[in-house]
Amino acid sequence: MQTLRASWFGFEKHWLWYRRNWRATAVSSFLSPLLFLVALGLGFGSQVQSTALIGGVPYLQYLAPALVVITAVQGATFESTYAIMSSFIWQKTYIGMVATPITPAQVVYGQVMWIASQLFARSVVFVGIAVALGAANGPGIGLAVLFATLAGLAFSCPLIAYSATLDKPDSFNTIFRFVLMPMTLFTGAFFPVSQLPDWLRPLVWLTPAWHGIELARGATFGTLGLLPALGHTAYLVAMIAVGLFFAVRFFYRRLAV
Amino acid sequence: MEHLVEAKALTKHFGTFAAVRGIDVEVRRGEAFGFLGPNGAGKSSTMRMIACVSGRTGGELKVLGMDPERDGPRIRARIGVVPQLDNLDLELTVRQNLQIYGRYFGMSRQQCREKAVELLEFAQLSDRADQEVEPLSGGMKRRLTIARSLVNDPELLLLDEPTTGLDPQARHLLWDRLFRLKQDGVTLIITTHYMDEAEQLCDRLVVMDGGRIAAEGSPGELINRYSTKEVLELRFQPGAEKPDLERFAERVEVLPDRLLLYTQDGEHTLAKVHEHGVQPIQSLVRRSSLEDVFLRLTGRTLVD
Amino acid sequence: MTRTLDPANKTAPASVGLVWRVIPPGLYGGRASTLVERSALVNRRGWFVLVGGAFEPILFLWSLGLGFGQFVASVAGPDGRPVSYAAFVAPALLAASAMNGAVYDATFNVFFKFKYAKLYDAMLATPMGPLDIAMGEIAWALLRGGLYSAGFLGVMLAMGLIASPWALLALPAALLVAFAFAAVGMAATTFMRSWQDFDLVQLAVLPMFLFSTTFFPLSVYPGWLQTVVTWTPLYHAIELMRGLTLGVVGWGMLGHVAYFAVLAAVGTVVAARRLGSLLLD
Repeated sequence: MQTLRASWFGFEKHWLWYRRNWRATAVSSFLSPLLFLVALGLGFGSQVQSTALIGGVPYLQYLAPALVVITAVQGATFESTYAIMSSFIWQKTYIGMVATPITPAQVVYGQVMWIASQLFARSVVFVGIAVALGAANGPGIGLAVLFATLAGLAFSCPLIAYSATLDKPDSFNTIFRFVLMPMTLFTGAFFPVSQLPDWLRPLVWLTPAWHGIELARGATFGTLGLLPALGHTAYLVAMIAVGLFFAVRFFYRRLAV
Repeated sequence: MEHLVEAKALTKHFGTFAAVRGIDVEVRRGEAFGFLGPNGAGKSSTMRMIACVSGRTGGELKVLGMDPERDGPRIRARIGVVPQLDNLDLELTVRQNLQIYGRYFGMSRQQCREKAVELLEFAQLSDRADQEVEPLSGGMKRRLTIARSLVNDPELLLLDEPTTGLDPQARHLLWDRLFRLKQDGVTLIITTHYMDEAEQLCDRLVVMDGGRIAAEGSPGELINRYSTKEVLELRFQPGAEKPDLERFAERVEVLPDRLLLYTQDGEHTLAKVHEHGVQPIQSLVRRSSLEDVFLRLTGRTLVD
Repeated sequence: MTRTLDPANKTAPASVGLVWRVIPPGLYGGRASTLVERSALVNRRGWFVLVGGAFEPILFLWSLGLGFGQFVASVAGPDGRPVSYAAFVAPALLAASAMNGAVYDATFNVFFKFKYAKLYDAMLATPMGPLDIAMGEIAWALLRGGLYSAGFLGVMLAMGLIASPWALLALPAALLVAFAFAAVGMAATTFMRSWQDFDLVQLAVLPMFLFSTTFFPLSVYPGWLQTVVTWTPLYHAIELMRGLTLGVVGWGMLGHVAYFAVLAAVGTVVAARRLGSLLLD
């Protein structure tokens, strides 16, 4: 209970900041996924001649649930890299927080709660607009909000742990380029994973994005079986748990007085 | 006598704000010249005009006999600038900072390499040559900035608040380096709000206040002209009413926390004050400094 | 101190004629190349990042062939004849990456050096002027962009996406496009007050990337929207690249070239003058 309350204070701090600065992130968090949906779903979709690969559904509807997940994973990446480093080094927010009775673990929980709420809110807005554009195949796309948040967190938590060990932001670009970018393109959001060469597929199975997309798309099209659903969810939850475990450890090490 | 800098009725406005309000200055070759004054007196604005990075609003200015607005690059090629805040290149090593700076001046790579070695020695940074700049201490960064400003063997070196923010040890080390430069014949222009720095380094200085020059001369001359030989400082209980001691000294300044009695003989004055039955909680006799000159000229203390 | 400096080095550069009429004297010291030298020195250790820059377009090209191309057998090319989807999009990505790289270098990087590292203040204490800085930064952005573009064209060739020897001209064309975007981006940067303003850069670049016929032909749009799209600079860049790599070349292309030449010139002059008034107040 105590932990929850203290973590909530951390969350509030973020909210106060956001209320003053939301405009700065509006383009990257809300507008850009929408533009992608319109450009690829409608624009590219209009050129699509064969939908045999994706089971005959319109490309826009095929894309929408997966794009929710991809957007969440991308958002999570930015929130878990520069933002974390800044709170340690540039703005030193964390340093100030642990000078109060808040513990490093509570700092982590507050941060993760904040990121989760961000991902959730963005996904809700995105899905709402997708429905308005006729990109929803069925009511199941509502579940995509949850799965996107889950997948985002599954990438976020280990990344927070990693960011907590760094003194310089140099390796973030490497992560964006060599992890995030391929994960965006090749985990089944834009075209089925079956198109990829065999050797690449096991690598895809490791990514939270692929699990999230399987869940979100399955829920939208009503093709999701109970066992696969449990399997994908378990994998994502495990990533969150392991990430949190290390994040807490590294935060204690770094913020130890 | 040759003048490296000549300003006549020099003014600088930023919008409606007049930072420099018509100053006349002449800096002679080989001397160390100081601008002394509190923050906002117009020292830095004047320095920026001399460094050809800020146009003047009115008046005349000649640096090395040329007009800064027309011959900026040509003048800058022959002067060195040490800005108030270090702006070293954090993406380069200590040595590379010096080498690439030489390249900006159009020196050959060979010249830059040799010069860097010489300047690293001068700045006592040879053992740090190939390290990053960021972890250096404040004093080391300052020395590197000064070394960098010397890469083109400048005839005139501009130093804006060279020791602000440094600890006493680092300041003395820096003063020693600057003194050597003076010995080597480099003309120095220094702005400072530390009177001890001005007394240590400057042959001649102007006291600036509110964009104007309040007085000009060598530190000794200024003290002779505007102050007495000694000063008696008296401290009283906080909140207690300060006694009227005008008749014991040539002049009395009332500061929030103490009284300053200007007199030729401090001990003698103190004895008379005691005789009169006034019992301060603390007393101190010292020689007059530029701080007192400034107080006399402006009615304010330098560092507040 | 020993005096080793050759006095000949201290003289100002030879007058550059016309330039002086547009750029006030004192803004140019003739040493822009040393700024490029600095960038090269800084990036000598960061070669990994440089190589990484080529990685992204390769991923894009690969995903085109593997995935997107499977949905779309062919698209109407510049002359109306059908071309494969990959051959349609690849030149557009070349143009877009020239734009993205140049804008990134000329906005974020320049803003950081200008506002935080105070790098340019230090340079202005030397004979260098604002025009040297503008030209030096743009030149570096071009060098980098040129490297990426050459790599990209190489991959296109290997994947069989180049249909004509005219494609050789795509490299200088990419440099011109990058020049224009870098110059305009840098000019825009001089008006930025804080990082928040960079959202406006995103707001300009992202829709352009997505909607300037990069992924689908102009015919998708209704008439009036087609006109709007043809005004965007990226559209002109894509037309240029697509024509060259697909071998559909005509005199009309010189129009695109002129468009970018004007952008580049205006951008450079505005950037130098603005930098001048900001740094030399």
